[in-house]
Order: sequence, then structure tokens, then C-alpha cells
Amino acid sequence: MGIKGIKKVMVVGSGGIKIAEAAEFDYSGSQALQALKDLGIKSVIFNPNVATVQTSYLLADSVYILPLTEEYVKRVILKEKPDGILAGFGGQTALNVCLALWNSGFLKENNVQFLGTKPEGIMNALGRADFHGLMKKRGIAVPSSTSVKSVEEGMHAVKKMGLPIMCRVSFNLGGRGSFIAHTMSEFERSIGRALAQSGTGEVLIEKYLGGWKELEYEVMRDTEGNASVIACLENIDPMGTHTGESVVVAPAQTLDNRIYQEMRSTAIRVAESIDLVGECNVQFALDPESYNSYVIETNPRMSRSSALASKVTGYPIAYIAAKLALGMKMHELKNEISSSTSAYFEPSLDYIAVKMPRWDSQKFEMAEESIGSEMKSIGEVMGIGRSLEEAMQKAVRMLDIGEHGIMSINESITSMKKEAALRALSIRNPYWFLYAAQAFRCGATQEEVEIATGINQFFLGKIKGIVDAYMDFLGSSKTQRESMRAHMLKLGFSEKQLGLKRETQKAKHIDTLAGEWPSDANYMYLTHNGAETEIKKSKDSSNSVLVLGAGCFRIGVSVEFDYATTMVGMAAKRLGKNVAMLNCNPETVSTDWNRSEMLFFDQVGTESVLSVSRNTGIKDIVLFTAGQIGNNIAAELHDSGVNMLGSSHKAIELAENRESFSRIVNQLGIEEPEWTTVARIEDAVAFAYSIGFPVLVRPSFVLSGSSMGIAHDENELRKRIEGIEKRYTHKPVIISKYIENAEEADLDCAADGKAAIGIPLFHVEEAGVHSGDSTMQVFPSDSVQSRNRKKVLKRMQDIAILLVKRLSIRGPFNLQFAIKNNVPYVIELNLRASRSMPFSSKAAGIELMDYAMMGSGSSFRWRGFYSPNIRCYGVKSPQFSWAQLKGAYPVLGAEMHSTGEVASFDKSLEAALLKSWISAQPNRVPANGVLLYGMKSHADSIGHNLRRNLGIELYTVEDGMGEGISRISDEEAIEAIKSKRIDAVFTEGNKPSIDYDIRRTCVDYNVPLILNSQLGFALSSSFGSKTEASELKSYW
Amino acid sequence: MHRGKTRSIYLILEDGSVYDGFAFGGRGDARGEVVFTTSMNGYVESLSDPSYNGQMLVITHPLVGNYGVPKKLRRNGILTNFESDRIQVSGLVLEEITKGMEWNSEKSLEEWLEEENVPGIYGIDTRSLTLHLRENGSMAGIISDSKNPKGFEDYEKKNLVENVSVKKPVYYDNNGPTIAIVDYGLKEGILDCMYAMGYSIIRLPYNTTEKKLFSYDPSGIVLTNGPGNPLLLEKEVSTVAGIMEHDVPMLGICLGHQLISMAVGMNIRKMAFGHRAINKGVIDLASGRCMVTTHNHGYAVYGETPANIDVSHVSLDDRTIEGIRVKGKKVISVQFHPEARPGAGDGLQIFKEFDMMVKSGKKWGSKGSKK
Repeated sequence: MGIKGIKKVMVVGSGGIKIAEAAEFDYSGSQALQALKDLGIKSVIFNPNVATVQTSYLLADSVYILPLTEEYVKRVILKEKPDGILAGFGGQTALNVCLALWNSGFLKENNVQFLGTKPEGIMNALGRADFHGLMKKRGIAVPSSTSVKSVEEGMHAVKKMGLPIMCRVSFNLGGRGSFIAHTMSEFERSIGRALAQSGTGEVLIEKYLGGWKELEYEVMRDTEGNASVIACLENIDPMGTHTGESVVVAPAQTLDNRIYQEMRSTAIRVAESIDLVGECNVQFALDPESYNSYVIETNPRMSRSSALASKVTGYPIAYIAAKLALGMKMHELKNEISSSTSAYFEPSLDYIAVKMPRWDSQKFEMAEESIGSEMKSIGEVMGIGRSLEEAMQKAVRMLDIGEHGIMSINESITSMKKEAALRALSIRNPYWFLYAAQAFRCGATQEEVEIATGINQFFLGKIKGIVDAYMDFLGSSKTQRESMRAHMLKLGFSEKQLGLKRETQKAKHIDTLAGEWPSDANYMYLTHNGAETEIKKSKDSSNSVLVLGAGCFRIGVSVEFDYATTMVGMAAKRLGKNVAMLNCNPETVSTDWNRSEMLFFDQVGTESVLSVSRNTGIKDIVLFTAGQIGNNIAAELHDSGVNMLGSSHKAIELAENRESFSRIVNQLGIEEPEWTTVARIEDAVAFAYSIGFPVLVRPSFVLSGSSMGIAHDENELRKRIEGIEKRYTHKPVIISKYIENAEEADLDCAADGKAAIGIPLFHVEEAGVHSGDSTMQVFPSDSVQSRNRKKVLKRMQDIAILLVKRLSIRGPFNLQFAIKNNVPYVIELNLRASRSMPFSSKAAGIELMDYAMMGSGSSFRWRGFYSPNIRCYGVKSPQFSWAQLKGAYPVLGAEMHSTGEVASFDKSLEAALLKSWISAQPNRVPANGVLLYGMKSHADSIGHNLRRNLGIELYTVEDGMGEGISRISDEEAIEAIKSKRIDAVFTEGNKPSIDYDIRRTCVDYNVPLILNSQLGFALSSSFGSKTEASELKSYW
Repeated sequence: MHRGKTRSIYLILEDGSVYDGFAFGGRGDARGEVVFTTSMNGYVESLSDPSYNGQMLVITHPLVGNYGVPKKLRRNGILTNFESDRIQVSGLVLEEITKGMEWNSEKSLEEWLEEENVPGIYGIDTRSLTLHLRENGSMAGIISDSKNPKGFEDYEKKNLVENVSVKKPVYYDNNGPTIAIVDYGLKEGILDCMYAMGYSIIRLPYNTTEKKLFSYDPSGIVLTNGPGNPLLLEKEVSTVAGIMEHDVPMLGICLGHQLISMAVGMNIRKMAFGHRAINKGVIDLASGRCMVTTHNHGYAVYGETPANIDVSHVSLDDRTIEGIRVKGKKVISVQFHPEARPGAGDGLQIFKEFDMMVKSGKKWGSKGSKK
């Protein structure tokens, strides 16, 4: 069994969370590490994404939190000397780095085996033209296409092929740069960007198969050629919509045996043609009017769809794929769920799973909202039910977009007439299903909706059925409604939506075998479509705890919350508790059924929590891992009689409500910026004048600074408030004093009701830049020397303890400060796990979640504030996804825009900052030229530093920038960015009317943008500094 | 999901369990052994599979009917999209029946059952029913308007083969060597596969004598699948034993495999709830190659292997014997369905092996017969 001589293996992660590369790779990488562990092979994880579970010591023997560049991977390989490398578990990012190391001969020279599918196979799969050639040679049908490398070649190809066409990009992710052109001018507009986004400068012009069905087969294959298909996923959105943007159902619903099996056999032949070892997905387009199908592409690595397929079926694809990459055979391995049958089979599902994407495009100025061939969604959920309607409606609720189900309650949708709803469908508004339901509600026929969407009648019929049932229900008397209740619940309506009293849902197992064999793993979902529940109340339910996940990722909620959930689960386990998990996000580690005694894949909401509690007898619930959702359902859960570990719902309310929080802060003598809540614009204006501009404006009760902004004058203030009122009805607006040029700092803490442990973080950017988008620093404890600094730190800690005692805070909390003239003003208190905790924990070499769990059940062994000794500099940088958000104006401000984060540690602040910054894509140290303009401060020093440290050309587009900086026009700047003569841009502020094109060109052409003068200054000083490539523990 | 005009009916099992549901399809009571399949699609093929004759089928996937029922298509007189020309199950048990229609649908599933007067029941928690059958074994059941119907049938004592076998020989001319196919309830897929390899086919009734069979001078013989208890087929087993003496290449499939196994002295047992699925891993012990195969059997070959028998295939899940070879003979015998329908094409290589054997005349165990 296995490959001889493999004793140590390196796994490469995918870096910061970005659109199209999210936590699914934390899941697959973690499974690979688990497989190595189970085989007794030493593991090394390489990933700058500090918030991942895989970069904890839960699974890996050595952890390297470093930039995913060839240089650093090489340094670690030379140090660790692994026998093999697993390149297929960290998305396209990991694959590209590893392929480069293979192509340069580095891996061979250092005796590192490229495990799994060989590089030749991978390159055949990912080079679009090579892949088409290979398929044709094997007699596998692909759409007619031409590979082009320039605009001219492209125009020629399109003229020959005829419109419409689909343009696909090689070696890329999330369909970035890809587009559909119906006209020649559409083509001309987009081809430049597409070529720029290609890893090889090659794109494929392909016949556009709009309206065809789109299917994905997940194939496993071992070194002996044994192959099977783990899942077939059917995209409800037809071809033309990126699969990451599509609503997906599993198993496939509209395929008969013949075509299902034809495509299955073809998928296995595709896997054979690239000599796959491990797992790949094969994407098909299928004519809805015949048996004609084409292979579109394959990804010979773990992917979003493989993670989804694992969660859909219960089959641990990445875990098994890792073992296959190490030379094991499929039939030698066990089906991990039944633990008695073989891993060589094809899972059968006796339920329906529906994946839905979540978009946050409205958070981005000027972003194109309509969905298409490029991925823009930033999160996804999976609803499971025993009817399609139930799975769909659950998924809508899981998105946490304020909807109860497919029947929208959002006035902007419910006020639509039929024509408007159909128009919204045809321009591809996000969340099409809400508009489809509205169209049906207004009397549209299935044919009309089919014409607008291209969606199969089978699915539309289901949605129409939901609408009809609901209209029936609304038109019925109270007694009639009572008789309809069971049916309505089966259709997936929530109790709340129907105004019904609570009913316990049934729990069913996901067992890969449709009930044919008993399952050892307790992987479950809840359903109203069932006569019997399959769960026995736990014998010691009093010693069990239910940990809630944070649900769907969105701006502000990402892998950090999954980290918290997973770590709290592990901590509870260590405390001897039985751990049950509830979460609905398929791209997470917490929904790996292997991580807990029981996993409920279901909505994180009151109805499901209570159903789980009644089914299992578990009364103790951990809410503080569930992000803002947790805080939102705290009161409801408390009233329903479950016991919440951590801070009480009362404490959460007191902290979340500005008025009550302010009162407490005042009573305790803690400084805070002046503020007020206002219901009327005129009151806001009056208040702003009384405290003086600038002021910070935001709605109450939101996470990630939605609609938060700074107003410098009355005009701006009015505009901001109007904007908020448009997005949030009936919510008061908070106006607070914006302390200019204040330093922002955080304390990440855990408490036991009296004492606390905490780690201070200081932001590079001034207060006003959302903490999720700012660069955070941790300093060695002994580096704090100045008396003033010590005083500030002491005051922050004292404030923390005052609040802990006053609110009886238990579990994790995060306290935010603005520091001005050595006085820390409290800005915010969050009584839950926070975004920065994985970073602060890893910097300090402790695990805050361990303390959080301990503190919520027992007492710490110290009094007051305990500050763990920190021995390194740590810097955390935001990862943005501007390139993926077509049209969006890149800007830094009070509203959060980043999708992920990366970090690094070192002996000097400069080295840590440099490594952290280049860990975020597409950041690179400029080598050719820098464009510098619009800085509020430090412009001269930045210019000086850049020249000194990099010896580089400087350009500007504004007058009076001083000597040695070439003044060029905007047009020249844009051309220079496109040609990479300018390969970094430093600027600041929010002025789309002046520099939209420059900023947008940067992100479309992968040129780094630095949008803050404080950061610009710090960064320019760090360029050229000497860095370490050390293992994480060496900093503890 | 249905609502509106619904008629409540029941599925009653012989152990007294009662499942409430709603009626669709044909009228009247339905009787049969209640078995489940975990195949997620392919209901047209399954319902028309003669091996299901006398059984009520529970489909574990909750939605069934999504792509309707196509028009019957024949090629060279062989059905290409149905396994026989009628519904073979005596009743259908579903969570939900859907009314889907695709480009090639002729009617809905419900209409098909109505036309052929086969009763169905939906609204059943098919998962809990499946777990019940898994724990307690397949058992007789009745779909009825009454909660207390009488007359559970003993499936094990019914000779179902005679219901489904062809009554008179049928010849499919292909201008090639003739293969004799003994029809114990054959799936059209087997005909299709043999015909595709260039053979002419003589399809014979299950009770055809050895003498009659060889009067067609076949180049090879196929013993097909079929329904029911193989232990009732003593006469057929002795005929098979006689046929095997002739040294003509033979292929046994499912029931055919069980008859060959009995003819060489192996034992048969009734399984608790059988194998009915299209997702099962089987390993070819000679080559080490695995394949995903279709299964539909409630009985299995087991016990000591006689000295002249090699087990050629086993189930990766429970090591059930899935295929045997007879030393020094030209016999390939498999428990699974190489023709699939529904299911994956991995097993088609069995037909290729049979084809090679017919063409080369090589016996099992002789040099070069293995891969």
C-alpha cells in the first residue's frame, strides 16, 4: 500500500479568502492533513491565511504562515526537506505555485515528489487549447473553439465562428476575465481584460451554449485506474452562469439513466486522459432538447464543487483523494461513513441538497450586480430536505438576507408587477428565485419565466407550486390553515412565516448509501418530510454541548468564524463534553462530520436549534461562535428555555444597543466619542454641528460596517442618511464624533465573568478605516517601552476588566478603541468571537477559543487582566477581491470590502509587514515603477523610501509632487499600468470622479493598489527588509 | 408536491406495520414482496425489469418521475429504453411522485401506472420504511384502501419465472453466429448487448430442454436474470448442469448465475434485504480492477467453494460472491448486471470477455485466459 519512502509531505493552502477561493480549501487541506496524520506521515502546511483551521496544530506537524510565492515555498522546502508535495488541495493558487516549482526543476532537484495527478496531466487539463486537443484526440465532444493570444486573433476568430461567443481564460479561477459576447463591440470591450487575467496570455473563444443544462461530475481515480463518480451536481441556472453563481441541486434531477450514464462514462474517460490520481470535476453542457452533450472543462484538484459534493454526499473526497495521491487504492479504503463498506462505490442520496450563492455586491460602489460568467458571490449555503421545495426554502433562509423563503418579504420585490419581475429575471439580478416567485405571484406562466431565465420547467414548476400553495394558505380561514399546516411545512415554509406554533422537525442521517447500511457517523439534517426521527436522546445530554456555526460567509463573516466554531468544538471535547455542531455552510471545516460527535447540517436559527435540542436533549448551546446571527437569535433562544454558554442574552443586548452601552460606559467612567441616535435628518444635522464635523454615520445593529461612512459636511451627512434609509427601513441611524487621525486598536479577549485574558492589536491605518480592511499589528511584549504607550495599554486592559465585571462577560469578546493623545476611547464591544482572534491567538501562541470555552463554564486561575507574553511582530493584511467584482470602485473606508485576510510573523515589524502584504493577491513588490498621487500625508517620505529601497521610477498624475517624480497624464498612467511599466499604485481617498479608471485598471490588470497613506508609508519603509521563513512555533 | 384531489391509502407489511400515504396509478389492491432500490434515477428501466416481477418497489430517492416516461424505442426488434414491454412491479412506493416532462417524454410516470393499472402509493417516509426493511428483512406487503387487508403472499414459494419468460422461441437475425439466450425474465439490455457484438440471437423459453437448445447449434449460451426464488427451479438447474457438459461458452447473469452455481454444487441463501442498487463496487479478483455495478437480487450464492470453482468477483462491501468461473470450462457467471440499465457501463467488459471466449474457445484456467 502507498508510495514507499514518503515520510513527510507538504500541503499548500490557497491563501487569503477571495471570491472563488474560499474556505472550501481550508476544508480540503485539513482533510489532507488528517489523512497524512492517519497514515503516520509527518505534515507541513504552508498557507498565509492565518484564520484557517489548517494552520493550527490540530492537524499539521509544522505550520508556515508565509507568502504563497515561489521564493518562500522554496525556502521552506529547503528547510523542511519534505518527500512529497500535495498541490491539489489549495485551489488554483497552490496549483500554480507548485507547477512553477515543478517546471523550473526545483522539486526534482530537491527530491520532492509531485503527489497525485502529474503536472503533465494538470497542464493538459488547465491549458484550454491543450485540453480541447486532448479531448478531440480521445473522441470526446467539446464545443467548437479557437485559442487566441491577442485582440486581433480574437476578432478574427469571432468573425469566423459567428456570435454569440463565450470567452474562457486559462489557469485562472472563478471565471475571472471570462465573458459572453453577443455583439462585436461587447467582444472588443472585454477581450483585453480577459487576456490580462490569463495565466498564460491565452484565452479560448468558444461557441456559446446559452440555455443548455450544466452538470458537474466529481470523479475519483486511483493509481491503478479504478474510478468512480461521487456525485453529479445539476446547475439549476443554465450554461452562461458561472457554477459559483448558480443554484445547484444534487443529485441531478432531470437526467434519465441513459444520459446520466453516458456523461458518467465520459467523465471517467476525461479523468483517464489526464491520468488523474485523486479527484477532479468534469463539467458538461447538455442540450435540453436532445442527448447531445459537450465536455466544457475539468479541474484536476479539489474545488468548490468537490467540497460541496463531500457535504452533499457525506463522502470525504479530499481525505480519500489525499490517500490516493499517496498511492493507496480505492478498494483498500473504507467508506468512512459506514466504516464497514468500501470506499469504492458511488453514493446514493435519499434527500435533496440545494446550494445557493450569496452576493454582497450592493456593498461595492459602482459594481455591476448582474450575474454571469464570472464569479461574484462570496458565500454559499446548502439546504437539505426530503423535498426540493423544502431544500430550496431552507437554503433561502440560510442566506440570511432577511427572507423567510422563496416568497420575498422585501418591499422592493413584493411591490413589483409581473413585467418588472420578469425584467429583473432577464437582466440576471442576483437571487433570481425571489423574482421568479414574485413573477408567479403576479400571474406569470412557467413559459414566461422560462423565457426570461432559461431555467428548466421542472424547477420552475416546483417554485410555482410553492407560490400557489402560499396564496392558497393566505386565502384560507384559520381552521383551514390548521389542516394545511403539515403540507406547508413539507413545502419548506418556516413556522414563523406561517405563524404556526413550534413543531419539532425529524432528524435524518446522511449516510452515502440511502439507508442501505447503518452509519457510524452522526451526520444529520432536519426535515418536516418524515414520519420518524433517527436519533436517540443522548444518555448524557447534560454533558453535551451544541456549538453553532456562523452560517453563510459574507463580507465580514468568513473563515475566522469557522475557525472559532471548530476550535470551540475541540476545546469542549477536551473538557470531556460530547460536541454537536450546527451549521449550514458547505465550505467549512466545522461541517466536516469527522470533527464532532454529531453534525447537524441545517440552518443556524431558532427553529432548528430548538429542533436539535428536542431531538437530542442537549440544553447547553454555544452561541458566541455564530457571528452576528448568534447575537440576533440570543434573546429568542433564551426565551425558549435553552441554556446559553458564554455571555447572557441580556449582556449581549446591553452591548449591542448604543444607548444602554453608552450609559454603562458613562457609569464606569470610560471615555467614548460623543454620539446620538436620530430618527430625523434634521436632528442629525443639528447634532453634527453641535459636536463638529466630521462625524461617523451608520445604521444600528449591523456587522462589518454596512453603510457606515464618514461625513465631512452637511451635504455628505444628508446623502449618507438617505442612503441608509434606502437600504434599511425603520432602523435608527447613529451619528458619532469622528476623531480625526486617531490610532485604532483592538483587544481580543476571553473572560470568565471576572477576569480576562487579552491580546492588543494596533492598526496601521487610522481609525475610520473599517477594522476588517485595516492592517493589524501585534508587538512583542517587551517592545512596549514608552511610558505613554504603557499607560495606554494599561488603560485598555482596565477598561476591559471594568466591562467584564459590569456585564458578567463570559467567553470571547472584542473591544475596539480609537486612541487620541494617549487616551483610548471605546468605540465598540462585541460579545462574540471576532475576526482577528485566529491572528491574535497565533501571534501570542495561545488559543483564545480554549479560554473562551473554559471561561464560559468555569473560572480562570488568575484575577484581573492577564496579558500573555508575545515574542514576535505579527501583521495581518486584508485580502480584497476587486478584480472579481467587475466595475466596483476600489476604496478604503468605514464600510468593509475585503473578503479575507493573510498574516505573517517575524523578528522585525518591517519584515512581518512586508511578508503579510505580499501574501495578499495580487500584491507584489514593485520592480518597474510606482504611481503616486492623492496622498493625504507622507507623500514625500513614501517617494523617498521607494527610491531608496527599490531604486524605482516614480510617476504622478497631479501637479506639484516635487522633483524626480515624472508628471504623466491619466491616459499615460493607464497605459503604463496595462503594460506593467507601473506595477504599483499608491493613493488615497474616495474620488471615483477623478481616478475611477486608474484604480479599476489596476485591479483588472492585477497591479497592486495601496489606498492609505499610513499603510503606504509603512510599506515603503519595509520594502527591501530581510525576512525569515520560520515555523510558527519558533515565534512562541 | 401533490395536493388537492388525493385519496388516502395504506401500505401494510406482513409484520403489521402500516404506512399512510396517497394513491396514484392503478386502482385496487397491490400485493408483493416489498423491496427497496437505492438507484436515484432509471425508474423506467427498473419498473420494466422482469426481475422485479411480483415485488413492490420502494425507491429511496424522494423524487421520482422527474423526466416522465419516454416512447418505447426498438432497434432490431429490441427495446432500447425499457427492459420489457410492460411494468413488472406489482406496486410502487414513493415519497413523492412528480410530473416532470422532458423533451423525449411521452407521458408522466403517473399516467404510465394508470395505463397499466399498477397501483402506487406516495407520501411515505421511504427512508424510515427502508430502515425498517433493512432491520427486519424484505417482507410481503399490500397496498390497499383498507388498513386490515388479507392475503399476504409467500414470495419464496411463487414461481415467477413462468410469468415473465417468453412463451415461444424468438429469433433476432444479425447475420452472425447464434447465441442461445435462455429467458428466465430477461432484460432487453442483455439482448441489446449481445446483438451489438454481432451475434444472431435465439431467445428461448425458460423450460427449453437441453436437446431443443442444442438443436440451434449455438456458439454460446446466455442464462439470463429473472425473478423469484432460485430454489424452486430444480428442473432448470438440472437442465443447466446438462448444458454445461457440452463445453459451449456460457454466460450466467443474476438468476442465471445462481442456476450455474447450483448446478456446480454451490449453495443459495435468501438475503435479509437483498442488493438492489446501481452503485455497488465489485472487484475482479484476477485483474484487481474494480467496477461500479448494478445489482438486483434477493438471493445469493454462498458457502464453501467446490474445488473446481474459482470465485472471480466479490462485492467490496460485504464480500458476497459476485462471479464464479469453472475450472477447465468456458463459463463466466456473474451475480451483477453487466448490461446495467439502469446503471454504469463498467460491467460491459463481461460481455467482451464472453465474446472473446466464444471467439477464442479458451477455457478458464488455460494459459492466456486471464488478463
